[in-house]
Order: sequence, then C-alpha cells, then structure tokens
Amino acid sequence: MLTILFDGIAYGMLLFVLACGLSVTMGLMNFINLSHGVFSMAGGYITAFLINRWGVPFLLCLPLAFLFSAALGMVLERTLYRRLYARSHLDQVLFTIGIVFMAVAAVDYVIGSQQQTVKLPDLLKGRVDILGGSIGLYRVFIIALCGCLAVTIQMLLVKTRFGSQLRAAVDDPRVARGMGINVNTVFAITFAVGSGLAGLGGALGTDILGMDPTFPIKFMIYFLIVVTVGGTSGITGAFFASLILGIADVGGKYYVPQIGAFIIYALMVVVLIIRPQGLFSRSRGK
Amino acid sequence: MSNHPFSKRVWLTAPVLAGLSLLAPQFPQPAAAQDTVKIGVILPMTGPSSSTGRQQEAAAKLFIQQNGATVAGKKIELIIKDDTGAPDVTKRLAQELVVNDKVSVLLGFGLTPLALSVAPLATQAKVPQIVTAAATAMITEQSPFIVRTSFTLPQASVPMAEWSLKNNIKKVVTLVTDYGPGLDAEKWFSDTMTKGGGTVVENLRVPLRNPDFAPFLQRVKDASPDAVFVFVPSGFGAAFMKQFVERGFDKAGIKLIATGDVTDDDLLQEIGDPALGVVNTHHYSASHNSPENKAFVEAFRKANNNMRPNFMAVGAYDGMQLVYKALEKTKGNTDGEALMAAMKGMSWTSVRGPVSIDPDTRDIVQNIYVRKVEKVGNELYNQEFATIEAVKDPFKAAKK
Amino acid sequence: MSMTPTAHQMMLDQARWRWSESLFWLLSLGVLFAFPSKALLFSQIAIMGLFALSLDLILGYGGIVSLGHAAFFGVGAYAAGLMAKHGLGDPLLGLAVAAAVAACVGWLTSFLLLRGSDLTRLMVTLGIALMLFELANRMASITGGADGLQGMMVGPVLGLFSFDLFGKTAYLYALSVLFVLFLLARKIVHSTFGLSLRAVKGNALRAGAIGISASSRLVAIYTLSAAFAGIAGALSAQTTQLVSLDVLDFHRSADVMLVLVIGGVGWLYGGIIGAIMFTLMQDWLAGITPQYWEFWIGLVLVCLVLVGHDRIGAGVKSMVARISGKGSAA
Repeated sequence: MLTILFDGIAYGMLLFVLACGLSVTMGLMNFINLSHGVFSMAGGYITAFLINRWGVPFLLCLPLAFLFSAALGMVLERTLYRRLYARSHLDQVLFTIGIVFMAVAAVDYVIGSQQQTVKLPDLLKGRVDILGGSIGLYRVFIIALCGCLAVTIQMLLVKTRFGSQLRAAVDDPRVARGMGINVNTVFAITFAVGSGLAGLGGALGTDILGMDPTFPIKFMIYFLIVVTVGGTSGITGAFFASLILGIADVGGKYYVPQIGAFIIYALMVVVLIIRPQGLFSRSRGK
Repeated sequence: MSNHPFSKRVWLTAPVLAGLSLLAPQFPQPAAAQDTVKIGVILPMTGPSSSTGRQQEAAAKLFIQQNGATVAGKKIELIIKDDTGAPDVTKRLAQELVVNDKVSVLLGFGLTPLALSVAPLATQAKVPQIVTAAATAMITEQSPFIVRTSFTLPQASVPMAEWSLKNNIKKVVTLVTDYGPGLDAEKWFSDTMTKGGGTVVENLRVPLRNPDFAPFLQRVKDASPDAVFVFVPSGFGAAFMKQFVERGFDKAGIKLIATGDVTDDDLLQEIGDPALGVVNTHHYSASHNSPENKAFVEAFRKANNNMRPNFMAVGAYDGMQLVYKALEKTKGNTDGEALMAAMKGMSWTSVRGPVSIDPDTRDIVQNIYVRKVEKVGNELYNQEFATIEAVKDPFKAAKK
Repeated sequence: MSMTPTAHQMMLDQARWRWSESLFWLLSLGVLFAFPSKALLFSQIAIMGLFALSLDLILGYGGIVSLGHAAFFGVGAYAAGLMAKHGLGDPLLGLAVAAAVAACVGWLTSFLLLRGSDLTRLMVTLGIALMLFELANRMASITGGADGLQGMMVGPVLGLFSFDLFGKTAYLYALSVLFVLFLLARKIVHSTFGLSLRAVKGNALRAGAIGISASSRLVAIYTLSAAFAGIAGALSAQTTQLVSLDVLDFHRSADVMLVLVIGGVGWLYGGIIGAIMFTLMQDWLAGITPQYWEFWIGLVLVCLVLVGHDRIGAGVKSMVARISGKGSAA
C-alpha cells in the first residue's frame, strides 16, 4: 500500500520535472511547444553518454544534463522559437512537430534506435523499509530532489525580482517593455530553464521510463496532460496535477489492472469537463 | 436561389466524371520478370519497432553479400520499404510491390497486424509471403501462401513451462504485454503449467504503451510466487529488467523466467548485470555454438558497425536462405505455387541449428534452447544449456 | 451591375462553382489514367483528403481544435469492418452505417467541447480518442484487439465493381465519395447555417445577441464532421479490407492536423491539397531513405512555418482565381 503510494509519488514527481518547463512556456508564455520532449531526450542521452563513455558519476551528470539542455534550449529559442511567439497556435504546432520529427530521426541516425541505459551509483540502489512498506532508494532520491526543485522554482517565480519581471512580461509585454524590462531576455532565460529542467527530468527518468529516439513522441501526450490538468496558473497546478496523475496511474494499474490504461485519460477528461481551465487557473487580463 | 450558378456547373461536371470513370484504363498484367527475381522487403524502419527493421535489413543484405546476387541463373534484387508499423501502409506497399514491381516474394513483416494485413493479398496474387519476424501463432493459417522463418510464441513458451515444472517451480505469475503475441505466450505457458501440476496465481497484462512497470511488479511481489514468467516485445526488455532488480525480487526469492525476447541479444549488453542468471527459452542466441553461427556473427558485426545480431536478424537471414533454396529447387521458376511447393518440407542447417518448414502448417520447426544469461569475457550472452529438439508450433499441433 | 455588390451577391460569388474546380476534379480523375500504377497511393490520398476535409469543417468553420479526430475515423472504420465481417459487405451500406455510428459518437462527445479554451478542447478530444483506442484494444473479442479485425468480406460497389489488386476501383470509389461529400460540405458552408457558423466563430457573444445559439451550431457541425470522418474511416477499411488499432492511433489525429494546416484551414480544398502534398512527399522521401524520411518531413514543416504556409495557400488560391478568371471569360 505504502509502496504503491510512494511509487506513485515518485512517478508524479518525475512527470513534474519533465513537464514543468512546458507548463511555463505553454501556460505563461502561451507558446504551444510540442517539442519539449526533445530537451528531455537531450538530457537523457547526454547522461547515458557521459556515464557509459567517460564514466562520469551519475550525480555529476544531473547538473550537466541540466546545463546541456538549457544551453540547447537557449540556442534554439534565440534562433528559432523566438520567431513563433506571435504566430498562431497552429503554426506553433506545425513547427514544433517538425522539430520533433527531425530530432527523432537525427538521434536515430547518429546514435541508433536502441534503448539507452544509465548505471546508477550503488548508493542509490537497493531498498529501504519504512512503516512496513519497502521503497526503492532511487525513488526516494527522486522524490526528495524533485520536491526541493519544486519549492525552489516556486520561490523563484513568486519571491524574486526575476519572477515578477516574468509575470509582468507575460501579462502585458508592451507595458513590461515600457517599464524597462528586457522582455526578450526574460523569455530566453525562462525557456532555457524550462528546457534544462526537462533535460534533468530526462536524465532522472532514463532509468525508470527508458530512453530511446521515440521518447519525445511517446511522452508528449503525458506532458500535455500534466499541463492541461494543472492549468495555466504557473507551476503549482502542474505540481499537483503531476502528483495526482502519478498516484492515480500507478494506483489504478495496481488495484484494477484491467482498466489501468484508461485511468489517466479518463481522469484528464473528467477534470477538464468540471474545470475547463484546469485545476488551478487564473483569470487572464485581456 | 433558383439562378444559383453552383448547381449548373456541378451537374455538368459530374456526368463527365462518371463517364470517364467507366473507361477503364488498361492495366498491365503482373507477369514474371525475365532474368531478375525481385524480393519485396517490408519492414518497420521508423517508429517504435524500428530495431526489428534494422536487424532484418542488415541480415538480408548480408545474406546476398555472402551468397552472391545470382541463384539458378536469376539475379536477385531486394526492394526495401518502410511501413512505419501501420498495417494499411504495409498492405499498400505490398500491393504496389506485387502490381508495379512484380516481386516474386514478399518478405519481412515486423508485427502481427502487419503480417495479417497482407495475408489476403498473398492468397489473391499467389505470391509467397515469408514472415521473418511476427510471432503470433495463427498467422500462417491466414493464407496458404504464408511461410514463417521466425518462431511462434507458443513454441518458445511451452518449453519454458516444461523446464519450470522439472525444476521445482510450481507457483507462477505471468506478466505479458497486452497484445497478440503476449496473449499467446500467456495462454500456452499457463496451460502447460496447469496441466503439469503447477499453479498460475495471476495473469497480468501490461498495456502496450506503458511507461512504468512498477505497479505490475508490485502485484507480482505481493503474490510471492516461485517465479514470474515474462514476455515483453523486443526493445522493452531493458526498462523491465531494471525495475525488476530494483524491486529486490532476487532477495524475495522470486525467479525470473522469460521468453528470449526479454533478454534480446541486441539489448542484453545495455541491460547489463541485472540480467545475469535469467533463465529463458528461445530459438536463437548469438553465442550458439556452431561454426555456421560463428561465421555469421562475425560477418554481421563486421558489416554493421559491431552490432550484435539478434533473433530478428536470423529470421530474415533464414528467410533469404529459404528463398534461395526454393529458387534452386524450382530451377529459377518464380511461379508462386511452384515456390510454395518447393518451400514446404525444406530443411537446412541454419545459424540457429537445424530447421525445417513443416509441410502442413508452413511454420518453422526448430530447436528451442533453454538458456541462462552469463558473462562471457566482458559481454553478456544467453548461454544455451539444454536443447529441446525439433519443436513444432504447439498451437497448430493441438488442433489436430 | 452596380459598382458596390450587395452582401447577397458577395455570398453568391463566394459560393460560385468555378471552372478551375471542374478542372481540379477532372485532373484528379485523369491522374489515374496517367499513372495507373499509383492508384493505391491515390486512393490513400483521397481518403486522407476526406478525413482532413472533415477536420476542416470543425477547425476552419467551427473554430474547434481537435487532436483526437481519429476517434471518428476509427469508429467508422470499425463499423464498416464489422459489417463486412458479419456478412453485410455492401460498401455503400457500410458507409451509411459508419457515418451514422460516427455521428452518434460525435454528437455525444460534442457536449464536452462547448466550454474551455483551445488547449482544453485539444486535450479533451485527445483523451476521448485515446480512451477509444484502449477500449478497442480491450474488446478484443469484437475488434480483434491488437491483431486487427480478421475476415472482412467487402462486396462489389453497387454490386458491379469489385475491388481489384491494382486499386483502380478503390480509387474511383474513394474519389466519387470524396466528390459527393465535398459538394455536400460546400453546400453546407455556404448555406445560412454555414454563415451563422462563421458568425459564431468570429464572435460568439455578438452572434448570440442576434439570436444565433453558439452551442447548437457547434454541436451540429461537430456531429457532421464526425460523420464525414467516419465515412473516411469506412472507406479506408473497405478499400484496404483491413481494420487495426492503428486507425484510432494518436499519430493519425496528428497527421490529419498537419495535412490540414499544410493545405490551409478554412477553404475546404485545404485538406485535399494538404493530403496530396503530404502523402506524395512522404511516399517520395520514404522511397529514397526508408529509415530517415521523418527528418526531411520535419525539415519541410519547419521551413514551411518559417516561410509562411499561408503564403503558399494564398498562392494556390490566387492561381485558382486566375485560371478560373480565364475559364469564365472563355
């Protein structure tokens, strides 16, 4: 029982780190980015590469994965994505899907289609017994790390000057510019951080979710579900949505395996029917 | 709206269209090409099953490279197509290959629905369809022109159950991927187990697109069986194995038994140490000890950037072998029925061991090996330690 | 004629059948004679075109974005497939039943889409399609599950033309159905209903103020679109004589969206032209590089957006206008 709850939380936390960048770009910046998974894939592959080729320790790989994906996100944002902020949603969909196709085929060409694996440090292997349930250490690690990240990001958004600048830039870019906020830079940094988090999620998730060239397509749907169910109020929504979905998915598959595959979709549809704007919405001043 | 210009022009166009369509264009009839024998190879080269396509393409090309592109005075030409794993595309490609390219043989078919989609066409066009990958048992029953050189899941699962019964594994949970081959494996393993006096506590089915095995594994653990029997498609093995070990099954005394799909040669190295000691049954291991296989593995690695061949590669390699042998026997006659007659009962020494084509079911008869994952040098291999000779597909045998 | 056309005339002008359109349809028939060996590909294009046309009805005219349109394609395909499996192999009957079943599903689910933003609708449609996919997988005794539906026996069209190996009947059949349904769609979007729909899409609040109920219009067009998609699915099932889970798969919904956006949203021909471009390009690229064609498709999409696909759409439109101008003068 407790084990299942913990597994669900760990899965949810992983979803959160993977998707929270998207919930910022999509929810706050109103940019539909279906290629978000590409950055996760970048993080996962760079981790697998560093560990398997150069024997870099796993824990060191995590920040590297973050930096690598963030840099990639920054470059792509500056060169390509930036042009699409003002375009229609359909254009954004078309463009980002195109990026996904290219990334999938390119990774396949360069590295091959096989699954990537990472070696976890012994420290994170094994299980601990807590209150009669046995929990994998790696999952405990994920929960702790992602929990900290969630708090940090929330603090950044709410408490810091950058957070206020971002919110201002999103609400009304023109006025924000007038106030002397460099909107372009704010967006670029936000995009980079979001991509970096996706990369970190990819690195963390490789061991549990698997990592192959089709990752961006396979998980696109899950990211979208998290963002939509969470609503556009920023990352709080995404956080709770990930947790609920993670627990419901794992729990559902454990208790009623016959209908396990339905649960996450059904949950999403029900939530969206009751609250079309997602769990946590905010009124947008238009 | 009476003077609406819309309708008038439409009604002028429509009869013209209708009239023209009656003038049936003249279509060329399919005829056997003179000196070239074309083989249409349809494989999933992109999408989730692309690893199957890669292995098979490489093997088919290697076979031609090794055996020359001429047989019985005819030049062999491969036409390779990607069906992306979508059955309607498979069917269209097959149809185009038959009608436009006039292929004499269709070969490949990575997944069960893909193979099935072409079955009616094979019957209609009288073109042999050689299934080199898809492994649901009933495929060969769908057309008298289907031959299989891969394996069937009952073929691999029944020996696993028999071995388990002999080795004091009596209480088992099955965990399979929820689609045709998985259900085949589940049914035949469970039936054999139950008949032999064992019990199957639970049959778990994992959805085909399932990112996390955790809840299913937890259910297995709670049932605390002697062993868990697993089938997941080639490619899913790595993620499964990791979680299996992470959950501490070895310490709980739950053994893992599987069909060889889980410890696929292509992935084994990636899975790494967690796979050590897993007992499984299958028809091919890259470490199979025979001169034919050693030469094959070496050549395959050399031609493909050190990629290790897996059972998919061998399916295609033997598919090509079968085409060559049949052509030799018919002296280059590419008539579908003649080729089929030549293929039935054909036997040869494959890199996997002796094989033959069952003349009644057109399915492959082959040895099934019981293997254990061990470290050989720096690499992991499925080391064969017992052989069950000349296994026919139990599914069709049971019908008689 | 007065220099300032009345609104009535303007609408008539828009609805007018141009000679270039006749040319388009004659050409689409002519390609069969020019390239008989590609008949199968053409019928796949015609079906994709019809499917994209159905999406255009809700996206271009109703303003509803959907990432789950395969739901209706799949329902139609399974309906027609099951009919053919159980002895009712007449193709036209199959189309009718598929349309009816898909319309029912469309009508029922349309009520879930009346509220919410684009994103919400996108995800609700996606969720419904994915649930149907799992349902079809689960009900293997009826649908054949992941193995696909076996044993379809499709009769000859109108009792006369049976489906041949070359795909000639398949293409003519698919093209005729596409043509008839295209005319129907054309009639509808230029009818008063179609105009009221445009009003709702433009500004639902104002449309409501002049007495147009947004909800009933959206429900109606969504149901119609579902029926069209269902027919496309049925066509696919009948011409290929197979139905598998793939018809409900996510990639099908995504593909049709791409096709429509490439061809241009909101002018009925967009879906068909997109289908032609996308399928031909895919077939050509996959012929050259079976492993990595996706990369090039992706590159084309990216470039298309950067250059601006509306410009390509506008180019085609102006070309059509020019040709039809000449046509009318002659």
